[in-house]
Amino acid sequence: MNAQHLQPTGSAYFIAKETEKPETHTLSVLVDNEPGVLARVIGLFSGRGYNIESLTVSETEHEKHLSRITIVTRGTPHVMEQIKHQLERIVPVHRVVDLTVRSHELGQERPLERELALVKVAGTGDARVEALRLADAFRASVIDANTEHFIFEITGKGSKLDQFIAIMKPLGLVEICRTGVAAMNRGPQGM
Amino acid sequence: MSNGQNERREMTGAEMVVQALKDNGVKHVFGYPGGAVLPIYDEIFQQDEVEHILVRHEQGAGHAAEGYARSTGKAGVLLVTSGPGATNAVTPLQDALMDSIPLVCLTGQVPTSLIGSDAFQECDTVGITRPCTKHNWLVKDVNELAATIHEAFHVATTGRPGPVVVDIPKDVQFAKGIYVPPQTAPRTSYQPKVQGDLEKIKAAVELMAGAKKPIIYSGGGVINSGPEASHLLRELVDLTGFPITSTLMGLGAYPASGKNWVGMLGMHGTYEANMAMHDCDVMICIGARFDDRITGRLTAFSPNSKKIHIDIDPSSINKNVHTDVPIIGDVGRVLEDLVRLWRATAKTDKKALYPWWEQIAKWRARDSLAYKMNNDVIMPQYAIQRLYALTKDMDTYITTEVGQHQMWAAQHYHFDKPNRWMTSGGLGTMGYGLPAALGVQIAHPDALVIDIAGDASVQMTMQEMSSAVQYEAPIKIFILNNQYMGMVRQWQQLLHGNRLSHSYTEAMPDFVKLAEAYGGHGIRCDKPDELDDAIREMISVKKPVLFDCRVATLANCFPMIPSGKAHNEMLLPDEATDEAVANAIDAKGRELV
Repeated sequence: MNAQHLQPTGSAYFIAKETEKPETHTLSVLVDNEPGVLARVIGLFSGRGYNIESLTVSETEHEKHLSRITIVTRGTPHVMEQIKHQLERIVPVHRVVDLTVRSHELGQERPLERELALVKVAGTGDARVEALRLADAFRASVIDANTEHFIFEITGKGSKLDQFIAIMKPLGLVEICRTGVAAMNRGPQGM
Repeated sequence: MSNGQNERREMTGAEMVVQALKDNGVKHVFGYPGGAVLPIYDEIFQQDEVEHILVRHEQGAGHAAEGYARSTGKAGVLLVTSGPGATNAVTPLQDALMDSIPLVCLTGQVPTSLIGSDAFQECDTVGITRPCTKHNWLVKDVNELAATIHEAFHVATTGRPGPVVVDIPKDVQFAKGIYVPPQTAPRTSYQPKVQGDLEKIKAAVELMAGAKKPIIYSGGGVINSGPEASHLLRELVDLTGFPITSTLMGLGAYPASGKNWVGMLGMHGTYEANMAMHDCDVMICIGARFDDRITGRLTAFSPNSKKIHIDIDPSSINKNVHTDVPIIGDVGRVLEDLVRLWRATAKTDKKALYPWWEQIAKWRARDSLAYKMNNDVIMPQYAIQRLYALTKDMDTYITTEVGQHQMWAAQHYHFDKPNRWMTSGGLGTMGYGLPAALGVQIAHPDALVIDIAGDASVQMTMQEMSSAVQYEAPIKIFILNNQYMGMVRQWQQLLHGNRLSHSYTEAMPDFVKLAEAYGGHGIRCDKPDELDDAIREMISVKKPVLFDCRVATLANCFPMIPSGKAHNEMLLPDEATDEAVANAIDAKGRELV
């Protein structure tokens, strides 16, 4: 009966067939904004063999010295539960909310997730015109340009950004900077 | 703890450290001086309320502090310098983390202006110790120093206890600031849950009341929770009539002389304990964590039982084994509710448990701890049995190193009280026992403190004999000397075709001369009929003793659950022929540790 609850990492004793399917979850972690707090969170993930697909962190409540860390991670439901509990053990961690689980509880498919990217494209002639036209279609805005390049700012779901970047590739893509995912649940309640 | 004269006084950082130790009730600090902690040592010199115990290596300070903590239930404190002082403390910090032992480690650091410049004896102490502490702090402002040390004690000793580090740059030790006394308002992000959910406890009582084949599996959490928890555990066992087993860490919480005791469980546990775990219908896990040394192969672990798990750490629940009734809270508080509810609602029909006890008696009759006595050579099991017989009526504390001797000690030395057994469980640190014995002896100067040691382990921290002599701590180091790293050899026999790669120590020191060189007392014994007198001599000597007990060199530790096997696939001593040993572990099991 325990077979379906095994975790894949840890001691070699626990090498066993994994029967749960891995899922992608988005976690919100409210922490005291103090030196080393991000290192504690990241160290936990690397030390225990968890994945980080995306990580976003910034101070959100200056007076209370609180930062909000948004982590997109992948694992079986059992591993997700472990990650949440392990994060809660960290002394400066106030709260951990699995936004994906929460959105399911609220009857929604997934939490609201947005990411911002800066995309630099260089080129002339038709490619340049095409890049601008496509940017307009994606509602990306031009935030810097001269006669040889554009820098586009685009906001949206990760998949939309992926698509935009793929399209820009043959049109003279130079470099990309992405923020990682910012996320919260729909509805009036806070985390 | 605070008194009026300490309220918000101005003092130097170094003075604050000593004041904060006093205000947190610290009587002993284990440490080693160095450049980056000299101001603190200067303050220690000028007072006598806090006694400093000088060790010979910082690892010794850490293990001594662990022994001190485990035998008293209070936080152990160590003070070390920057760089190598801090890195030498890493092993005991990780050891304390894995065994949930409250340690407060104060480290010196290079001045803040030099941090990051690769200064002399600089290391990133908070970076290095982050994964091996419950929490750590680098204090850059003297005005935060006192509050940080108070918080460090609070974090180390509450919730699931553990080690903490406070890293203090030298300029902060010299700087003047305002001292604040310990306050009761802890940070809002750290609120361990101590009270168990009453509905869950009710569900547990219901499940237990209907059990036909129950087993209580208790662990170190009971001991960490304090003497009241051990008392309540005994009460629960009496009320229910359930059999009880314990992890290595939990020995003594329920007395080994108690009638419901079935012995330790796990890799080298008794046959009856492991079989009862495998066949039970309700398992009550109290303050233990389903460690791999306990469960054996997880897919075959207690397949037909409902499991109740009481633990203060939510991350322990469902980590390795699925729990049907999880109860998060302090073991003592939860047991209080559990016992009360049991009294109020459940009536144990102890007769209903008769068939189960009969089955256990059959398993017990297999006599899984048996060994072949020898009249010419001291069998290691016999040595422990004699040691137990001759010391059990005294005020005795036992520490161990790690290996075969540790398992034999757990099997053949019987503990009737908590806090009497100090061993490195989770990390398995060879060299733990000797300095731990020093720490225990400092806390209990009149007690008989014995380190049951192996010849290999004891050489890892042998230098602390010198500390023991200095502080007139009459620790007894009882070395089961078989000239092998016995457990390594046992695994080489099980897994690697008896190719004994580097597990034999060809150059062994003369332990008797070594004891004398340190200013202690040396004893050697290699005859079974001389053993009792030699042990009596060891007990009567009022100084540190190295007892070189020459035992059968090739004895192995059984029973054993071989790697990758289940509780009901134990290798019993009378079945452990050379062939059985060579084939005990299959290809899959070889990968396991």
